[in-house]
Amino acid sequence: MADNRLISETSEWTFPLLKRFDQEIAKVACDDFGLDTYANQVEVISSEQMIDAYSSVGLPINYHHWSFGKQFVATEQTYRRGQMGLAYEIVINSDPCIAYLMEENTLPMQALVIAHACYGHNSFFKGNYLFQTWTSADAIIDYLVFARGYIAECEERYGTEEVELLLDSCHALMNYGVDRYRRPSPLSMAEEKRRQAEREAYLQSQVNDLWRTLPVHEKEEGRLDERRFPAEPQENLLYFIEKNAPLLEPWQREVVRIVRKVAQYFYPQRQTQVMNEGWATFWHYTLLNRLYDLGLVGDGFMIEVLQSHTNVVYQPPFDSPYYSGINPYALGFAMMRDIRRICEEPTDEDRYWFSDIAGEDWRKVLDFAMRNFKDESFIAQFLSPRLMREFRMFAVSDDDREETLEITAIHEEAGYRHLRQRLADQYNLGSREPNIQVYDVDVRGDRSLTLRHFRHNRRPLGDSLDEMLKHIRRLWGFDVRMEAVDEQGRVQLIGET
Amino acid sequence: MSHFIDRRLNGKNKSTVNRQRFLRRYKTQLKRAASDAVNRRSITDIDGGEKVGIPSKDISEPQFHHGGGGSRDMVHPGNKEFEAGDRVQRPEGGEGQGAGQGRAGRGGAGEDDFVFELSREEFLDLLFDDLELPNLVRNQLIGTTEFKTVRAGYATEGSPSNIDVVRSLRGAIARRTALGAPHRGRIRELEEELAALIAAGVDESDGRVVALRDEIDRLKTRIAALPFIDTFDLRYQAFTKQPEPTSKAVMLCIMDVSGSMDQVRKNLAKRFFILLYLFLQRNYDKIDVVFIRHHTIAQEVDEQEFFYSRETGGTVVSSALQLAHEVIRQRYDSETWNIYAAQASDGDNWDSDSSICRDLLIQNLMPLIRYYAYVEITPRQHQSLWYAYQDVKAVYPHFAMEEINGAEDIFPVFRELFKRQEA
Repeated sequence: MADNRLISETSEWTFPLLKRFDQEIAKVACDDFGLDTYANQVEVISSEQMIDAYSSVGLPINYHHWSFGKQFVATEQTYRRGQMGLAYEIVINSDPCIAYLMEENTLPMQALVIAHACYGHNSFFKGNYLFQTWTSADAIIDYLVFARGYIAECEERYGTEEVELLLDSCHALMNYGVDRYRRPSPLSMAEEKRRQAEREAYLQSQVNDLWRTLPVHEKEEGRLDERRFPAEPQENLLYFIEKNAPLLEPWQREVVRIVRKVAQYFYPQRQTQVMNEGWATFWHYTLLNRLYDLGLVGDGFMIEVLQSHTNVVYQPPFDSPYYSGINPYALGFAMMRDIRRICEEPTDEDRYWFSDIAGEDWRKVLDFAMRNFKDESFIAQFLSPRLMREFRMFAVSDDDREETLEITAIHEEAGYRHLRQRLADQYNLGSREPNIQVYDVDVRGDRSLTLRHFRHNRRPLGDSLDEMLKHIRRLWGFDVRMEAVDEQGRVQLIGET
Repeated sequence: MSHFIDRRLNGKNKSTVNRQRFLRRYKTQLKRAASDAVNRRSITDIDGGEKVGIPSKDISEPQFHHGGGGSRDMVHPGNKEFEAGDRVQRPEGGEGQGAGQGRAGRGGAGEDDFVFELSREEFLDLLFDDLELPNLVRNQLIGTTEFKTVRAGYATEGSPSNIDVVRSLRGAIARRTALGAPHRGRIRELEEELAALIAAGVDESDGRVVALRDEIDRLKTRIAALPFIDTFDLRYQAFTKQPEPTSKAVMLCIMDVSGSMDQVRKNLAKRFFILLYLFLQRNYDKIDVVFIRHHTIAQEVDEQEFFYSRETGGTVVSSALQLAHEVIRQRYDSETWNIYAAQASDGDNWDSDSSICRDLLIQNLMPLIRYYAYVEITPRQHQSLWYAYQDVKAVYPHFAMEEINGAEDIFPVFRELFKRQEA
C-alpha cells in the first residue's frame, strides 16, 4: 500500500518526527528545487518565549529598553485575549539561520514552519542582493552580544535613566540611521571590542578639530563663511550625529552607533517584505505539496496546512472592515505563483508582457527574481495584468486641492502600466518616509543644526515634528531647525527648538 | 544539516527587565490608574491582577512621518464598480489614506488607552508604593522561617527509629505468603498423592512413598527457609517539614451599623478595609480577619453580614471595643499575633459612652494592639467620640484617626494613616 510511506499518522510532534520532516523537506528543497540555504538551527520554544522573542523585534538577544517592554505587554495582552494567534514563526537572518517553533503547534504546523522559515526565508536571506550587501549574517549575533554588554555597562556607569533617554532619541531617528548607497563595514564582536576604544579617542579628536576655536586667518574669513558644513547634504542623520555632534561623550557616540547598526541590519527587511514573505509562502506551499504528491503526508495533514495557508494569504477588499492595506503574504505569494505560471503555461498576453520569461525554466526565473530585486523593482518588473485583474486593483489619487478623490486607473488594458507603477512606488521606502537631510551646521556661530525636509508631492511632515526636534536636539546639544523645501525650491522654516 | 534544540526549559522571562522598565517609566500614570481601580474592586477578588490603561499618546514613540495634505497615490484591491476617471467622495476619517502607510498607526492620532494587565504583585506594589506598616515589628526574626514536622505517609527508607513495626510485619507476611504459595500448592498435591498411595495399601518402604515424603520434606524446608523479615519489608514513618508562618496577623474590622450608617458609607468603609487587608497581606504570611459590627450591642459576624445586612438603632461604641478585647483575649495571644484594628464609624455615639471608649482603649486595647486606625465617615461636625479619641491619640502614637468625606478621600487618607515613617 502506498499509505505506508506516510511519515506520521498523528498530529502530535516529537523530535524524531521533526527531524524526519526536516530531512524530507530538505531533500525536496535542495535536490529537486535547488534552494541554497544557510545551515538551520531550529529551536523549539514555548508561547511565552515566543512573546519574549517577539517583543525584542525578533532578535534572540538585544539590549534592554522600555519600548521592548511595552511591545511585550501589548503582545501578551492581545495574545491572551485570543485576538491574535502568534505568528507561527520567527526566523533570524543569521548564519546558521535560527528559526523558532512553538511547542503548542501540531505536527503539520511545525512542518509548515520548517518549510516556510528554514527553507523559504533562509534561502532568501542567503540569496537576495540586499541582504548580501547590507547585512552580515555570520556576525549579527556576536554584534548583538557586544551591544547588549556595552549598553549594560553604560547603564552601570552612567545610570539607566541617562542611557534610556539617549536610546529614546536614537530610536526616534532609527529610520534615518541607514546608509543607502555604501556598504557598511562588516560587524564582528572581537573586532568591535578591539576597535571601540581606539574609535573613542579618535572620534573625539575629530570632533574637537571641527569645533576648533583657534582664530582663523582674517582674510580667509569671508570665503569660509560661504562654505557650508557639511559640504554635501547628509541623509544618514545618526551617522552625522555620531561623527559630528559636539557635546556627546565617547560612550554616547558608541550607543548611537549601535542603534545605527541595528537599523542597518533591518533595512533590507523593510524593503523586501512582499518578496520575502511571498517567497517563503510560495516555498512552503510548493514543498509541502510535493511531499503530498510523494505520498509522504496524508490528506488530513494537507488540509490542516492549507487551512492555515489560506488564512495567511487572504486579501480582504478595500471596503472590508478587516482591510489594512495590501497583505504582503497575499501579493507576494500570488506573484511568485504567477511567475511560475507565466513560465509554464504562458498566454498570449503573457508572451506580450513578459517575452523574456514566458516559457523559460521557472526555477531559474524565480531564483533570478529572488536574488536581484527588492519590493519596488520586483513589482515594477513582474506584476502581471492577469494578477491585477485577479486582485481587482485600482489606483486612487488624493490631492488636497481637489474636492474629491480621483480613480486614476483600474485593472484594464489602459490602466495596467499606471497601476503597476503606482503600486511599485508605494513600496519605495524613499517616498514612503519623509526625505530629511542634514543641510547646514552653523560652525562659526551658535552651532545650530539645520535640517531640510524635501517635500514630495507637497506632502508636509506629520505632527510628531516638535517631538522629533526635541530628540534631535538632545543628541546634537544645540538648537535644531527644520526647513521645508517645496518642489519649486522655496525654503520655509517649519520648526525650531 | 539542520540542528534541533529544545529551548523550552530555558528561562521564559527574558522580557522581565524590559517590562519592569516600561512600568517604571510610566509609574505616575500607572499609579493613578491603580488607585482608581481599587475603588471598583471587592474584598473577595484581591487575588487577581488589575487591568490598567494609560493614554496611548503618552507612550508613543515618535517617528518622522508624513502628515495629511499634499497629493498621493494609493493602489487598493477589490474594485467593484469604479472606472478610470471616476471621482468619489473622500471617506470619513481619511481611512483610504492612512492604510498601507505601514507605520501610520504608530505616530497616528489614536486616542485610545493602551490597556494591559498588571500582575497582582505589580498592582499591589504600585498601590502601596512608599507605604510601610507603622511599627512593623515582626514578632520573630525576619528571614528565619520556623518549620513544623508533619507526618507524610510511609517511606521505604529512613532511620531505624522510625520503623513502623506493624506495617513492616504486615509486608513481611504478605511477602512470605506470596513467595511460599507455589510450594504450598505443590505440597498439597504431593500429600494427596501420598494419601492415595497409602490408602491403596502401598507399603511405607515403597520407593514411591519414600520419594514423595522426601519431596514434601524438601519443600517444607524451602518454605521454612523464607526469611521471616527482609529489608524489603521495612516501612518507615515519613515526616516532612512544613514552614510555619513566622508572622501572623489578625485584623479586627469594627464598624458601626446603626441606622445613620447608610450603604454608601458602608461601601466607603469597606474600601478602607479592603486596602488594609491587601496591605497586611503583603507583610504577613497568615492573616485572620474578624468582623465586629455594632449598634447598641456588638456582634461578631461574617463578611457578608458585616457589609450588607441592615440594622437600625442607637449606637454604643464601647460594646464593640469590649467584644474586640474579648476576642483578642480568647483567641489572639499578642505574643504570637500582630494585632491590627480598624474602626469605621460616622462619629455618632451615645454621649456618655465616649469616655468609656477612651478608657477601654487606653487601658485594655491599645497595649495589645500594633496599630489602631479610626476613620470617621462624615461630612458633618465632629462629635464626642472624635474628641475622646483625640485623647487616646495623645497617649499612643500608634493610634491614628482620619476623616473621610467621599470615595476619593479613601486612598489619600489610607496613605496618610500608613505613610512611611521616617526612621
